[in-house]
This record gives sequence, C-alpha cells and structure tokens, in this order.
Amino acid sequence: MTYVTKSPWVIHYDGSSCNGCDIEVLACLTPMYDVERFGIINTGNPKHADVFLVTGSINEQNISVVRQIYEQMPEPKVVVAIGICATSGGVFRECYNIKGGVDTVIPVDVYVPGCAARPEAIIDGVVKGLGVLAEKKAAMNSALTAVSETENAEMESEPPIEIQVFGSGEAPGKEAEHE
Amino acid sequence: MEFSIFSVISAVLYLVLGPFIGGLLAGIDRKITARMQGRYGPPVLQPFYDVRKLLEKEPVTVNTGQDFYVMACLIFMIITGVLFFFGENLLLVIFMLTTAALFLVIGAFSSASPYSQIGAERELLQMMSYEPMVLLMAVGLYMANGTFRVSEIVGGGPMSLKLLIGVFIGYLFILTIKFRKSPFDLSLSHHAHQELVAGLKTDFSGRTLAALEVSHWYENVFLLGFLFLFFANGTWYMAVVGVVVCLIAYFLEIFIDNAYARMKWQFTLKSSWLVTIVFGGVNILLLYFLRVFGILGV
Repeated sequence: MTYVTKSPWVIHYDGSSCNGCDIEVLACLTPMYDVERFGIINTGNPKHADVFLVTGSINEQNISVVRQIYEQMPEPKVVVAIGICATSGGVFRECYNIKGGVDTVIPVDVYVPGCAARPEAIIDGVVKGLGVLAEKKAAMNSALTAVSETENAEMESEPPIEIQVFGSGEAPGKEAEHE
Repeated sequence: MEFSIFSVISAVLYLVLGPFIGGLLAGIDRKITARMQGRYGPPVLQPFYDVRKLLEKEPVTVNTGQDFYVMACLIFMIITGVLFFFGENLLLVIFMLTTAALFLVIGAFSSASPYSQIGAERELLQMMSYEPMVLLMAVGLYMANGTFRVSEIVGGGPMSLKLLIGVFIGYLFILTIKFRKSPFDLSLSHHAHQELVAGLKTDFSGRTLAALEVSHWYENVFLLGFLFLFFANGTWYMAVVGVVVCLIAYFLEIFIDNAYARMKWQFTLKSSWLVTIVFGGVNILLLYFLRVFGILGV
C-alpha cells in the first residue's frame, strides 16, 4: 500500500498558451469539481509536488523553467500534459519560437488532449497519473539504487496514456498530421 | 506532588496520542473549511495520508543543517508539551516553546531561497506579535493561582478564568497567529496563498516537511491544553467545560480563517500588541490593584 496516490499534491505551470487550459485547471479546484476530495492540493512549490500539470506548449524561453521545476520535484513524480498545446504544440506548433509539446523537454506520463481540456478530463488525467505514480513508487522500492536517468529512458519508450475527450478520439500526433 | 502518577500518565498520553489528536483536528479543520466554502472536502484522515506520503518521498535537503534544525524544532515542541502535561513550571514550558519556534526560524534561514528567508523573517515578526501575550499569560496565571506549576494550577487553584477574562481574550487573539490562520498566516503559505511559494517551508520537503507537520500537530494540542488551564479548578465538570471550550475555540479559529483575507505584517504586529496591552495588560493591572487593596481576597 502506497500513500503517494492518496495525497497527490500538484504544481501547475502554464507555457505558451491561450490560458484556456490554465483556467480549466484552476476550475478543478473550485467547489464545482473540488479536487481536494482526492487529497489533491495545489502547491506552488515543486519541492512539495507529486504531480506536474503543464498546460500550453514549450517555447524557447520556458524550456529551462519547465526543466527546472521537473528537476526540483522529489521522486516519485508524474507529469501530466494538459490540452492539445501541451501534448503536441497544438495551433502554435509551426511557430518559429515553439519547440513543441512538453515531451520535447521532459518525460510525460499522461496526455490529456482537448482545446480547452475540460475539468472532467483533467481530473481523469490526474487520476490516471496516480496509477503511474504508484508504479514508480513500486519501482523505487524494488530498485533501491535506480538511477532516474534510466527510468526516464524507459518511460519515454513506453506508450503514453491517452484520454478520450468528447469525440476528439484521435491521438494528438495524428491531428497535426491531418493539417 | 513531585512525581504524581497522574502527571506521568498525562505526559505519556500527550507523547503518544498528541499527534493523533492533532492530526485528527487538522483533518476536521480541512473538512469544515471545505464545507464552509461549499466544497465536499478531503477525508478526515487526509493529514495522516499527507504525512505518510511525505515519508515515502525521496529525501531532498538543500544543506546539511536543515534536517537537524527541523528535527530540533519537533523535539523541543514535544518537550514543551511533555513538560506542560507533566505539570511542570509554566515559564520553562514557554521558554521551550520559544526554543522550538526559533529552531524552525533558523532552519528556514539556513536555506538560500529568498522565499524561505522572507518566510523566516515573517515568522520572527509573528513571534514578536504573540510572545508578549504568552508571557503575560504566565504572569496572570501566577497571580491568579500563586504558582507557576501547571500541576498545581490544574489540581487545586481557583478557576483562573474568573480573574483573567482579559488575558483569556488576548490568548484567543494570538491563538490565530499560533494556529497559522488567516488573517495572520504570514510565514507559511498554504492552499491558495502562494505569493511566497510556501514561505518558511519552501525548502523543506519529504521527511523534513513531515516532521514539521507532526510538530504542528503537537503544538496545536499543547496550545489547546494551555487554553484548558483557564478552566481547570480540580473538578471534573470544569474539566469537561474546558475541553468543550477548547473545541469551540478551535472552531472559532477555523471560522475566522475562512472569513478573513490575509493582512499585512504591520497589522498583525500592531493589533496583537494593542490587544495584549488593552486586554492582557489592563487585566493584570486590575488584578494587581485588587491584590494591593485586598479586595476579593485575591
């Protein structure tokens, strides 16, 4: 039994975006959705956080910011990319200053597409992330000297979890190919 | 009176049950807070889940001293409560409490993070705000009971509240600071307040943060015990009244927390000193004159 899934504290970072997903993440905290039911607290501190919620795509100026937040979070940790911009770059993908989705900088565990991702989908994504969190905790226990770098490499090779939202059944990558 | 079995039992009970009662109070606090905000709220046992989770996290410390300072804070907080529930000298208890708080401040100052530094400075300001009232309480309880020993105050003295209404009100006021509630939660940012990231505890994570949480639980139980002193006169029914008043006071603090926004530190300092002087100081002055003129047989 691990307690990491019972008290996931989240940190939220908004990259290059229209702030739509940003607002939806905050909507999860409101009385309407109340994620504190699951013990989720929105901390402003990476050192206290277990789940990293990223909305918006990565541009040249926030690469170091996202990387630093990720590195400051103690293990086990999970990254959830929220909204189509965070998963693939979205409409900003072709911009000269955009590097792409969050997974171009740090390993992402759960993708929540949508424009904007609905609070229900975000909560669903975080709850799916908790499963990954529990797995990582188990991996930490089994391999005491597990180096985080090898873990990251494994994670990137694994197929990421995707969440189906309101008819937009396509994977985030494919959407960009259509255009 | 030196080694009564009752004081040993209560000290051991505090040592063992203190964190459970404190954690449960914190859980109830979060539940009530959620209901006041129209939310469903986390499970009542959520604070325990939080601490268990923090213990499971990877230990990260920013320097070699940090863990020591926070552990010292926890240990001194436990000593504070154990001495108090053992029935020791009230002045010693207060000095221990201050020592625990100082170790926390040093722990925060030891980090290079500016948020941690500002949090530590604000914690010092908070200490400056509540410390005079805590000392006046010791003076008041001595004047009312003729002793600093907690065991004698609880065991046989008159009900202190009758003579110390002003001091009691003053203590309720600084209790908001000690419980780290709005409008006075300057040094530790939590929930939606994030202008200082996490203030004092910015660089504490994992086990260190868990130790800090547990020391808060111990502290809260001790503070409510202090409140209980005003009602104790050695009878069981006043003991019941005391416990009920402690719970009401705790609810009041939750209510105040939800009803107020955070104030500036200037307001904290000025208002708490004003309350200390007007309620605590005047109360003690009156008590002094009553004693000098021999009224009421005080």
